[in-house]
Amino acid sequence: MSKNVTINFSVNGERETRVVEADLSLLTFIREQLNLTGTKEGCAVGECGACIVLLDGNPANSCLVLAAELDGKELLTIEGLARNGELDRVQKAFIDHAAFQCGYCTPGMIMSARALLERNPSPTDADIDEALSGNLCRCGAYQEIREAVKSCSRHNGEGRIE
Amino acid sequence: MPALNYVGISVPRKDAVEKVTGGAKFLEDLYIGPMLYARIKKSTVAHGRIKRIDTSKAEKHPGVKAVVTGREFPNKVGLYLIDRTFFAVGKVRYWGEPVAAVAAVSEKSAAEAVELIEVEYEELPAVFDPREALQKEAPLVHEHLETYERVPVFYPTPGTNISNHFKLRKGDTEKGFAEADLILEREYHVPQMQHVTIETHKAAALWSHDGKLTVWSTAQSPSIVRQLLAKSLDLPLGRVRVISNYIGGGFGGKAGATMEGLVIPLAQKCPGYVVRIVFTREEDVQGTFTRQALYARLKTGVRKDGRITALQYEMIWDGGAYTEYGVNIVRAAGYSSTGAYDIPNVKTDSYCVYTNNPVGGPVRGFGMCEMQWGIERQIDEIARELKMDPLQLRLINGMKEGSRTASGQAVAHVAFDQCLQTVAEAIQWGRKEGRYRGKGIAGLVKAPAQPSNAASSAIIRINEDGTVHVLMGATEMGQGMLTAISQIAAEALNIPVEKIEIRVPDTDFSPYEWQSVGSRTTYTCGKAVQMAARDVLEQIYRLASLELGKPAGEMKLDNDTVYWLKDKSKQVPLKKLADSYKKDTGEGVSGPIIGRGSYVPTKMSNLDPETGQGNPGLFYCFGATAAEVEVDPETGTVKILQLAASIDAGQAVNPQLCRVQVHGGTIMGLSTALYEEIQLDRGRVLNPNFTDYKIPTIANTPPISSFILETAEADGPYGLRGIGEQPMISVAPAIANAVADAVGIDPRTFPLTPERVYKAIKEKEAGTHSIPG
Repeated sequence: MSKNVTINFSVNGERETRVVEADLSLLTFIREQLNLTGTKEGCAVGECGACIVLLDGNPANSCLVLAAELDGKELLTIEGLARNGELDRVQKAFIDHAAFQCGYCTPGMIMSARALLERNPSPTDADIDEALSGNLCRCGAYQEIREAVKSCSRHNGEGRIE
Repeated sequence: MPALNYVGISVPRKDAVEKVTGGAKFLEDLYIGPMLYARIKKSTVAHGRIKRIDTSKAEKHPGVKAVVTGREFPNKVGLYLIDRTFFAVGKVRYWGEPVAAVAAVSEKSAAEAVELIEVEYEELPAVFDPREALQKEAPLVHEHLETYERVPVFYPTPGTNISNHFKLRKGDTEKGFAEADLILEREYHVPQMQHVTIETHKAAALWSHDGKLTVWSTAQSPSIVRQLLAKSLDLPLGRVRVISNYIGGGFGGKAGATMEGLVIPLAQKCPGYVVRIVFTREEDVQGTFTRQALYARLKTGVRKDGRITALQYEMIWDGGAYTEYGVNIVRAAGYSSTGAYDIPNVKTDSYCVYTNNPVGGPVRGFGMCEMQWGIERQIDEIARELKMDPLQLRLINGMKEGSRTASGQAVAHVAFDQCLQTVAEAIQWGRKEGRYRGKGIAGLVKAPAQPSNAASSAIIRINEDGTVHVLMGATEMGQGMLTAISQIAAEALNIPVEKIEIRVPDTDFSPYEWQSVGSRTTYTCGKAVQMAARDVLEQIYRLASLELGKPAGEMKLDNDTVYWLKDKSKQVPLKKLADSYKKDTGEGVSGPIIGRGSYVPTKMSNLDPETGQGNPGLFYCFGATAAEVEVDPETGTVKILQLAASIDAGQAVNPQLCRVQVHGGTIMGLSTALYEEIQLDRGRVLNPNFTDYKIPTIANTPPISSFILETAEADGPYGLRGIGEQPMISVAPAIANAVADAVGIDPRTFPLTPERVYKAIKEKEAGTHSIPG
């Protein structure tokens, strides 16, 4: 039996204390213990990005992180973006640009985009491509995703300041 | 055609908010407990007799509730040729074939328990190349082919590895070749690929104490899964319920019945528990449908003026270990074997061949990407020999209004020449831009591959307040079914899209749908929805006529109101009619309004068994791709500079979603052109993960120019035709033709990896360039 670890963290703005098995993956913890099933598993080995969440604002493949490592950190998942029924601007942009089809990669994709925009509010196409190259979309909505993220740029793609 | 209000408009996806908030429920997101977790024991040889299976240690492992093997559960399943068992029975035919399964209280316990199952094999001689499998001395993959049940339009050859031989004879090829000034004969090859949907295959089963089976599946087609499972289990259809939630990508890989049967016997042993299986990425790549590899030989005769006079096409398909579905890919490729071109004399033989490779099956394009690869490459090779522009050669031979397909079916509403010219213009066709740069073009055509009576149905319920529920059996795997069908219902009823509700299917409540495959459902379900809407309107107008005292034939529904066409002030709110309409005296007149639509194609037919002539196409969708590339001769790297795609959608129901689909298909085509190939070593997949099996990221995606043409399909709902698979078909040959133009090599296979391109360039320089790998 693996050891149990007590972790203190925040999830989508709420403080939490939990006891977790030391070898439990963060992805499994998020899905099965926090019941936040928006975060998806596509490969379980960090290749596809479907499970990307933000830890202290940085994107992380949650399948590669242990739940125990959450101690002292802020976790943001896809469920934490909309506030009081109002969608976050990245979510809105994904809808406006039809930047997905099946939607399975979308939560991870949006989290990566969110992280990019927080550290770089006016990304170029190259910045977007680099930041999202860890997220696979088999439906191939990449062109729309690029446009969606660009539309969230402070320069709004056409050089306008919002 | 009258102006449209809701079709042709880019409304947001019906599933949009759920999908960007993490609220969309995919199979694994459902809590459907109390639950058990299943894992499978897989074969470690590609072909072998099972000498012994010992499950005793696994059965005693803590947490294990049930173990099953093929001995106890030999049930067979299959769509067109029933050659497949859920578990290997007696022998295994491919590496990774399920031989046993365990259900346990945790994933961990189940994973440990399968390791405790001991299986001993006597290895049998195996065959991994379909051309070798055709030889007399080849080992037989299925010894008792003659005993297999099949749909009678498939022609296996018992005593061989041929599970279907499709023959097509049109015109007189001897005469055609005699008329030719040039005859070109070449071989082409297409490797296996995999859908690698980001959501892997998953299924769950519940056997209730009263003997009812509920299955949750990532299946594209719950009705057909229900039908195939009920037959396999000898259960009445009504006792089997299949639910498909949102599906994380399909592309054909989740068509038919796939792996649902693995959990059913476990569920039968544990009534009251939901037994769930989630394939790992490796299991998904190794153990679900792959695109069948194709070895093709084309011989084309052409006159000096560019007119093609004859085509002889031989296709040898690697069907893999089971071809229950694959036999129809071989048939579809056969009856379509002239691609988008009008060729008067054709002789085609298309063979589905068993090997000990992974199971072949449907993939986006359903044989068309593979079959049209050879056609589109050969046209460029002919153009070079004739010193003719490849675009011109395509325009001369391309199908036009009234042209006949290989099977002799006349095509209508055709604007293939426009499809070609549009993409050619987009990349400035004819202008050479630099030494290592080149341009290529390719055309495409595809009809849905489906039985001639593949049906769709719809129910429309008008709620008591005048809002609408549409019930359909089609699935939502990203293609936009929910949105497109809502728009068609909105148009047919003249009620806004926001008032239309539609859900993913559940066979206990949704009406029958053959399958969500073949780019067919927007058309076929659209037809059913139009019929249901007409039924609803008749009922509404009958009641409105009673209420207003005017003829039913002079009524019009507009959103929430029914009015008299001759005087709009005579009107009644829809909700008054919909809420169990009664007279002023209180006497009831009519219960709830429910409309019914039931559609089956009536113009398709069987094909002649000797000549393959007949009408297999519900509609034919044309398109084209053009590409400009730059090849680095030092590294063999192909860079895409321009990529343009056109598709004739007839009528785009939702132009924005239509465009996303065109881009997505083009990217999948690009991916196969440059990256994707299943690497096999004696039937074992060497690259069952995203590190070794590459698909593009956003950083590998060039901008794509897309062009949606709208040449209305007369019988299609609002003139539409399906476009889901099509954009992929012409991409690989267009890119290969551009590479050929850039550096003068002649790719006969793909992906065009740097290694392959570099080698071909070096061989060309050395004068030994023939057929690369």
